Amino acid sequence: MSVLVYTESENGKFKKNAHEVASYAYEVAKQMGTTATAISINANESESLGDYGVAKVLNVSNDRLKTFNAKAFANVVGQAAQKENAKVIILSSSADTKFLAPILTAQLKAGYVPNVVSAPESTSPFQVKRTVFSNKGFAFTEITSEIKIIGVSNNAFGSSENKTTATVENFEPSLGEDLFTTKSIEIDKVVGKATIADADIVVSGGRGLKGPENWGMIEELAEVLGAATACSKPVSDLGWRPHGEHVGQTGKPVASNLYIAIGISGAIQHLAGVSSSKVKVVINTDPEAPFFKAADYGIVGDAFEVVPKLIEKLKEFKAQNA
Amino acid sequence: MKILVCLSNVPDTTSKINFTDGDTKFDTNGVQFVINPNDEFGLTRAMWFKEKQGATVHVATVGEASTEPTIRKALAIGADEAIRVNAIPTDGYFVAEQLAEIVKNGEYDLVIAGRESIDYNGGMVPGILASLSGMNFVNTCISLEIEGNNATAVREIDGGKEKISTTMPLVIGGQKGLVAESDLRIPNMRGIMMARQKKLNVVEPISASKATDDVKFEKPAPKGQVKLVDADNIDELINLLHNEAKVI
Repeated sequence: MSVLVYTESENGKFKKNAHEVASYAYEVAKQMGTTATAISINANESESLGDYGVAKVLNVSNDRLKTFNAKAFANVVGQAAQKENAKVIILSSSADTKFLAPILTAQLKAGYVPNVVSAPESTSPFQVKRTVFSNKGFAFTEITSEIKIIGVSNNAFGSSENKTTATVENFEPSLGEDLFTTKSIEIDKVVGKATIADADIVVSGGRGLKGPENWGMIEELAEVLGAATACSKPVSDLGWRPHGEHVGQTGKPVASNLYIAIGISGAIQHLAGVSSSKVKVVINTDPEAPFFKAADYGIVGDAFEVVPKLIEKLKEFKAQNA
Repeated sequence: MKILVCLSNVPDTTSKINFTDGDTKFDTNGVQFVINPNDEFGLTRAMWFKEKQGATVHVATVGEASTEPTIRKALAIGADEAIRVNAIPTDGYFVAEQLAEIVKNGEYDLVIAGRESIDYNGGMVPGILASLSGMNFVNTCISLEIEGNNATAVREIDGGKEKISTTMPLVIGGQKGLVAESDLRIPNMRGIMMARQKKLNVVEPISASKATDDVKFEKPAPKGQVKLVDADNIDELINLLHNEAKVI
C-alpha cells in the first residue's frame, strides 16, 4: 500500500523533476502513514533516491525501454502499481510524463489530477490544490476513485532532502509487442542547454526587440545566467523564433525561479502562462505596460541599452562570485 | 478517411476569471466562449485533410445546449456533421468515456483533440480516449501527415521534438504547429449559411462515473507592488536579485 512515484531519467541520470516528485511522494506517504516506492526505468544509481525519502526502488533495466514510449512506459508504471498495490501514484509534469499519464489513468481506471501545486490538503477525503484556467485560478479537487494519480507542477513543491536508505529491487515487467505500436524515428533536441521546462532561469523576448536579428543579446544574457530562452506569442507567430519557445496560455507554461521579460508588454494570456515563475523581472520602455503590474522588479528603459549593460554587470558579478 | 475532431467550449483567452456561489462555481457572467485554441488548430488541420485528401470531418463536443454556437462555428469553418453529447462535462474521464462511445459508433480512422483545454487544463481526454478505444496515441502533436494507413507525427518534447511513425486508427493530442496561427479560419457568410443546413445530432450521455470533483475555487493572491530600478543602476537590480530574491 505504499505511495508509488515514477522517477524520470534521461541517459541513465535522474532528471531534476525526479527529485521533486520523490520529495512529494515522501510527504504524501508520511501523511498516509506509509512509505514511498519509486519506479525507475534504465536509471543508474537508483539508491540515490533514498536522499529524497524513497524507501524502496523498483529498478527496471531493459533495452527495449531505451527510448521513451508512452504506452510501454505507462504499462510499466501500471504493473509496478499493481505489484505494490499502490493506491496513490505521483507523476511529474514533463512532456513525456503528461503523455503517459492519461494512458496509465485509463489502464488503472484511476482519477488523475495534474498541475498540483502543493502537498495534499487532506488524504481522507483525498483533496489536492491545482491550477485551473491556465494559472488564472486554483481548484481544490477531490479524487473519489480508488486509485489516485497526482501530477505535480514543475518547481511548485520543490525538492527536499529526507535522507533514508532505499532498498533497490530489480523489476522485470512483461512487455508485449502491442505496447510498441508507435515508433520513435528521430529526436531533435538541444543538448547541454537549459530547457524552458526545467531551467531555473528563463530569459524571454517580445515584439519590443523589433526583429529576429536582435536576439543575440537575449541569447548572450541567457548564456551568462545559464538560462533557457523563450518568447511571446506574437514573436513566434511572426516566425522570429521557433514555436517551441512560445510561452503563455496557448504555448508552454513557465515555472522557473526567475523569469526575465524583455520588450514584452504582458498580455493577459502571457501573464497567465508565466505566473508560476517565482520572481519576475520586466524591462520595457513603456511604464504603462501591464507586465509592470505582474512583476516583482522592473526597469523602465530601452532594452537595447539596458540588456547589454546587464550582461556586462552580470559577467562581473559571476566572476566575483565564482 | 473519416476524422472526428473533439471540441471543448472554453472561455476566450482574454477572459477575466471569477468564481461564484461561495467560490464553488466558475462565473460565466460576461464571458465569451470559443473553440478551445488547441482544438481549433486540430480542426484546421482536419480541414486540410478534407480538402487535399478527401477526408470526411465530424466534430463532437460534450456539453449542454449553450455550447451549440461553438459547434456551429466549426460547421461554418467546414466540418461536415456535428455530434453533441447532452451532458455537463464533469471531468476528463467522463468526457473521454462519452467520446469513446461516439468513436465506437462512428468508425473513425483519426481522432484529433486538443492536448488540453484552456479552462481546466486536464490534458487527459485524448489519452484516455485512445486507451478506451484501443487506438494509437500521439500527444503534444505539432505536425501530422497521413499516407494510406500510416501516420507520421511530430510531437513537442521538453527542449525539442520527436518524429514518430504509427498507424491508424489514431488519436492526436494537438496544439499550435499542427497548422500555423495564420492558417486559422474565420467563417465566411457562405459557410455560416451552409452550417445551418448541416446535421447537428444531439445524443444522450452513456452512464459513466466521474473520478474527480472540484469542491472549491480560489483566485491567485494579488501581486505586491513592483520594485522599480533605475535604468542607470543595474548594480541595484543584481543586488536585489542576489540578496533579496536569492535567484542568482
